[in-house]
This record gives sequence, C-alpha cells and structure tokens, in this order.
Amino acid sequence: MFLINCPFCGEREQSEFKAGGEAHIVRPKQPTELSDDEWAEYLFMRKNIKGIQFERWNHVHGCRKWFNIVRDTSNDQIKAVYKMGEKPPVKQND
Amino acid sequence: MKNNYSLFSLIKNAFSYHENWEKAWKDPEPKKEYDTVIIGGGGHGLATAYYLAKKHNMKNIAVVEKGWIGGGNTGRNTTIIRSNYLWDASAGLYDHALKIWENLSQELNYNVMFSQRGVMNLAHNLQDVRDLKRRTHANRLNGIDAVYLDTEQVKKFCPIINTSPNIRYPVLGGTLQKRAGTARHDAVAWGYARGADQMGVDIIQNCEVKGIKRNGDIVEGIETTKGFIKTKKIGVVAAGHSSVIANMAGLKLPLESKPLQALVSEPVKPIIDTVVMSNAVHAYVSQSDKGELVIGAGTDDYVSYSQKGSHDIVEGTLNAILELYPIFSRMRMLRQWGGIVDICPDASPIISKTTIKGLYFNCGWGTGGFKATPGSGDLFAHTIANDEPHKLNAAFNINRFVSGDLVDEHGAAAVAH
Repeated sequence: MFLINCPFCGEREQSEFKAGGEAHIVRPKQPTELSDDEWAEYLFMRKNIKGIQFERWNHVHGCRKWFNIVRDTSNDQIKAVYKMGEKPPVKQND
Repeated sequence: MKNNYSLFSLIKNAFSYHENWEKAWKDPEPKKEYDTVIIGGGGHGLATAYYLAKKHNMKNIAVVEKGWIGGGNTGRNTTIIRSNYLWDASAGLYDHALKIWENLSQELNYNVMFSQRGVMNLAHNLQDVRDLKRRTHANRLNGIDAVYLDTEQVKKFCPIINTSPNIRYPVLGGTLQKRAGTARHDAVAWGYARGADQMGVDIIQNCEVKGIKRNGDIVEGIETTKGFIKTKKIGVVAAGHSSVIANMAGLKLPLESKPLQALVSEPVKPIIDTVVMSNAVHAYVSQSDKGELVIGAGTDDYVSYSQKGSHDIVEGTLNAILELYPIFSRMRMLRQWGGIVDICPDASPIISKTTIKGLYFNCGWGTGGFKATPGSGDLFAHTIANDEPHKLNAAFNINRFVSGDLVDEHGAAAVAH
C-alpha cells in the first residue's frame, strides 16, 4: 500500500485508485491492417518490468480521471506523476 | 535408494539422537557445462529436473536458484490442491497433477502430507449457482469427481458456515470435490530435491541468473553470479520473475506480475476439516495441521515485485471471512506475507517452447500453481526432453495469444484478478 499524488486531487491512498496497466501502448491506427502477431503484441504482450515502469492509473473513488505515473515496481516508490498526453518527466529506457 | 526413509532408519537414527541423518541433497558448485539447466528451484523447477532424470534418462542436469529452494511461491501459497477446472484442456492438465499427488509420498519416499480433505466452492448469487452447476457437469464429463450441494448440504459438510439467508451474500449452494485437499508445501520442494539429487541432478542455490547467452536463435548458456554455465537447453520456471528472465533473452511474455497475499491465524483446536473457497466474496480458508487457519487473500491490481500486498486487500478478505464464519470473530492473525504471481490474460499457464531453440518456459501459473506442481514438472520435462509438448500441455503453448485459442479459466481460478 502506498500514497499516490493525483494531479487533480492531491495525495490519496492507493486503494482509491485503479491500476490501468502499462502506459504508452499506442492503439493501432489501422486495425484492419494488423497481422495476428501485431494484435498479440498490442493486446497481450507486456514489458512487466522489475524496476522503473510507466503506467496508467485511474482515480476511481475520486475525480475518476486517468493519469500516468512512473513507479519502481521493485519497491513501489513513485518517481513521477504526469497527466495524460504529457511527455513523461523521466526518460524511458529502451 | 541409498538412504531410504523407513521405520528402521528412524529407529537407527534415534540411537544417535537424530544427529547423523544424511543430507537430503548436496550443495555442489556448478560444473562448466550441463545438458539442461532449469532456472528456478521451486516445486515446479525441482519436479521438472526430477522427471527429466527419472523418465527421460537425462543425467547431466542442474537447477539454479537465486535464493534457497522452495523459498519463493512454493513456500508462500495456501497449499490447496484440486482439479475442478472448466475446460477440457485444463481438466486434463490439473487432474494429471492430482493423480500424481495421490501416490507422490510413496514415489518420493518423502511424506508430502497430501490430505484429501475435500475442497468446497460456494455460490452466493444466481449466476454463481449457474456457473458452478455448469462446471460440475463439465468436470464429470471429464472424469473429475464433483458434486453440487444445496445450502443444507453445505451446512452439513461444514457446520460452522453461516448459511442464514439474512447475510449480505447468502450461501445459495456450492460444489465439492472430495479428492481435492492440501499438502505440505515445503515437503514437496524437499522431496523432489532429494529425489532429483539422488539421480545426480546438481541443485545450485544462491546462484542468480544474470543473462542468457544466445548465438542467433540458439541458446548457448547462462551468465550467473557463480560464473558462466554452458548448456543447450534452458527450462525457465521462475514464476513472478519469468518476464525478467525472458527480457534477458530478448523475449516478451503476456504476463503481469502482481502481489498475492496470504495470512495465518494463531493455532486453535480442529474446527474446519476441509477447504472452503468463495470467489464472490473472496474468502478462502482451511486449517493447517498445526491448527492455524490458512487464509488466502486476493491480488493487488498493479504490477509489483515487492512481495508485499496492500492492507485493504487483507481487510476485504477478513470482512468476508467474518460474515461467513462468525465463530472466528475473536481470532487473532499471526503472520501475513506476499508472493509475486505471474498472471496470464486467460488465467491459464504457459508450458511451451519458444522462438529461440533450446529455451523453454513454464510460467503464468498465476494464483494457482501449487496444485499443479507434479503434473507441471512431468509435462515440462516431456516438452524439454522431446522438444515437443505432451498432448496434455499442447493447448498451453505461448502461440495461443497469437492464434486466439485461449483457455479462459478466470471462473475456476478462484482468486480474483
């Protein structure tokens, strides 16, 4: 359990939020053109990083807005919080 | 077997105050080269090595483990064993494991304390009733023992359950698999380790894998904290850390690793002689031989490798337990812990070859891998030895996420995720 600094409401308990998984997975522009391998990559394959991970969260029991956080998954420390559409304030490896 | 455990060996060792028992497995330094290396010394990994040596006559095998054997999810689960899964592929897989469990203590000459005390799954709403009835029928078509119980029969089988119609989620019925039950988790790891060691498998503890060396699409060996080990075949059985190992080989898996918690109460006299699980309110409970209530909680919904879970998850589980079993209202909890489980999108495991020759993955067991330990080891050993899946694990290949032929077992997985 940890605290998350919602960019709209301020610091709240993690239990108020819903994790939305890995961030910056771009929805295919031409879904009809995609091969089965590309669909699998988009739908199912995940980085599942041990370390610094970029992810989406939703403040479901608050403002209900989506935003991004950068979190170290090995110890749950949050490195940065940023709004949807903004550039990540920390550089993404790979 | 040179040091068979028996009544005679027990008496003999009693004369030396049990101080001269032979070590159950050696603690060797790694050799330069092995025919097969298994990454991960949990129950599944040790079972894989055991069956590779026993059924496929492979002699030069190592199991590398970054900590101590059985110290990961093998030592952290709630030890429940059952095979009442919905789909034919899953029924085949889990019942194969259950059949091995039934003779495992004899086979290993090691008491794994397998206790077929039955597992009951409760229904709390009409959809639960329909789903569980459907699953009972599916089980019976697959030769798995399953019966549907109404509320009165549930109460008769486990009298301490509150079956009042006035609770928030009343018990409308349930299913019972009588062949299901529990086993001692450490004994499973130790029994397989001892058996594998006797057949010449090197079990190398405190040896963390740092990299996988490949030549094009063929594996050449692994980099570890104890140096480079050359090998042609690598079986990865790393549970929550599967994606980390896959990343070393340049592969991506359809997994998310999440904390799953369990807790035990102070020990009390025998009060619950079966295992009761409830998906809808998320409560499952059994009683250990020491007398502790063993309680499984749910997963957190975020990726984490921290082996800690959130308190609100525990609180939710205990709320449900208290409503179903008011008798436990003054029980005190003794210990709580977390393990990292690797969850597939369809809540079914992967036992599969990969696009890299000589690299095999056994992962994605998520919240329910313990029950499958013997079957998983047996089938993974077959897959590695023959470079082909056994017919029982053919459906659990990694390519199903491309073909779309998923084995959706979210309903039978019992832990909410």
